[in-house]
Amino acid sequence: MLRHNRCGEAGTGVIELENVAYSYGGGELLSDISVKLAPGSFHFLTGPSGAGKTTLLKLCYGALLPTAGYVRLFQTDVRSLERDDVAMMRRKIGVVHQDVQFLDHLSVIDNVALPLTVSGRHAEAAGPDLAELLNWVGLTNRADARPPELSGGERQRAALARAVIMSPDVVLADEPTGNIDWEMSQRLLTLLVELNRMGKTVLIATHDLALIRAAKAQVQSRVLRISNRRLQLAGADL
Amino acid sequence: MKFDLRTLRALLAGDRHADKVVPPSGFTAQLTLFASGAMAFLAVFALALSLASGRLAQRWGDELARTATIRIVAPEDQRAQQTAAALAVLQTTPGIAQARALSDAEQQALLAPWFGSNLPLDSLPVPRLIEIVASEQGFDATGLRLRLAAEVPGAVLDDHGRWRAPLVSAAQRLRLVGWFVAGLILAAVAAMVTLAANAALAANAQVVAVLRLVGATDGYIAQAFVRRFTVRALIGSAMGVVLGMGAVWLLPSGGDMPSFLTGIGFQGAGWLVPLMLPIISAVVALLATAFAANRALRMLS
Repeated sequence: MLRHNRCGEAGTGVIELENVAYSYGGGELLSDISVKLAPGSFHFLTGPSGAGKTTLLKLCYGALLPTAGYVRLFQTDVRSLERDDVAMMRRKIGVVHQDVQFLDHLSVIDNVALPLTVSGRHAEAAGPDLAELLNWVGLTNRADARPPELSGGERQRAALARAVIMSPDVVLADEPTGNIDWEMSQRLLTLLVELNRMGKTVLIATHDLALIRAAKAQVQSRVLRISNRRLQLAGADL
Repeated sequence: MKFDLRTLRALLAGDRHADKVVPPSGFTAQLTLFASGAMAFLAVFALALSLASGRLAQRWGDELARTATIRIVAPEDQRAQQTAAALAVLQTTPGIAQARALSDAEQQALLAPWFGSNLPLDSLPVPRLIEIVASEQGFDATGLRLRLAAEVPGAVLDDHGRWRAPLVSAAQRLRLVGWFVAGLILAAVAAMVTLAANAALAANAQVVAVLRLVGATDGYIAQAFVRRFTVRALIGSAMGVVLGMGAVWLLPSGGDMPSFLTGIGFQGAGWLVPLMLPIISAVVALLATAFAANRALRMLS
């Protein structure tokens, strides 16, 4: 079952894309995309490699501006935002990338606390919360390690901890299980499901259908598929 | 990065957490320190040159402006009479504090460097010289010339203006050149810091990307770099100024016979002028880094 170009739930969305197109290097990568992510919803974004999943995710947190249409973050058109306003918005959107980027000269705990640091709330003040967060992602004993010393799964969990430390309303994850084994993928998925149960909106870009099937057993989710530059709502065929 | 009181206070206060987000740059930091120090060292000498030229111009201007000479060029039998007449004119001329005819011995001493000390003045038609020292308000040279022409035909007034003006002008130009050189050095500091900041931002593009991803504003990112370069310029410049002032202090003094070369240095409150260099360098570095950071962050978006 596929429904073209109008995806998501009714009502006000925390992130809304309306007739969005995005072109790069003279070619249109995404076309006529409309989607609304309701508060507390859980979405997967899937599609073949190069289909534009990462681009769509970047549009969702203001890292890219659409070449046509509207992107609204918390009911605000991103085009009307100054760069500093976009930065403020990002504090409400946690992002986890496949190729996680850390500040390699800082320890894991300092990297996890980075969103606090840049917002002027220092890690000392968040001491117990930070320790609890590291415990939640299973990195208590790796708190003082440097990012290059972490395994793939540990990096992803550290990135997830960094993404949620500001208690964002939305968590966007781009191929979060791309570089890790199945067991670790399950562990990461469990953490994302837990976040969703706390009321966070979650959008995971992945081409890992097994992960999507595993998630469907744990949480009510929608699967969006990018095909031929357009977004479709995938259904029972998954 | 906006410049308001809050930003300035944040820059001055520093933030050890924010300072940590930019990785230490080691060798680059040492180069920036060295370049700031070297520039400040040179700037101290430029200022010393400028201030010394200013003092020289002032001294030449003051001393020469307050003195003048009258030459009595007259036949031997009229020389004494015309000298007395000239002195009488001078006594009634407003603005003249002192006037006296030089003695034979004094005139001989003046000519000794050229003709030796055994010059027979009596047998040579050497004009009699009258030394004039003007009072504070000075005298009217044109009026005096007219009176002397009427009453003492053999008197020629030389108020030193002919050769004083170019000397004073040269010293004043030299002072301006000194300030200009100091300005150029500060501009070079700005250029050097801008280049270093650009290089640092380019080298830390990934750091900038991570900071943006976690919600850092451009102002926050810029401040982390600005604070670092400002502190480096301040410390480097302070070290350069201390070394420069030490070197100037060690320059040989002319003692009681000051000349231009031996007079290069600072006097009195002049020693405070180079102390402003570190602050000026820091401000220049702050503005240069802020400019470079804002430009680089716009390009990195």
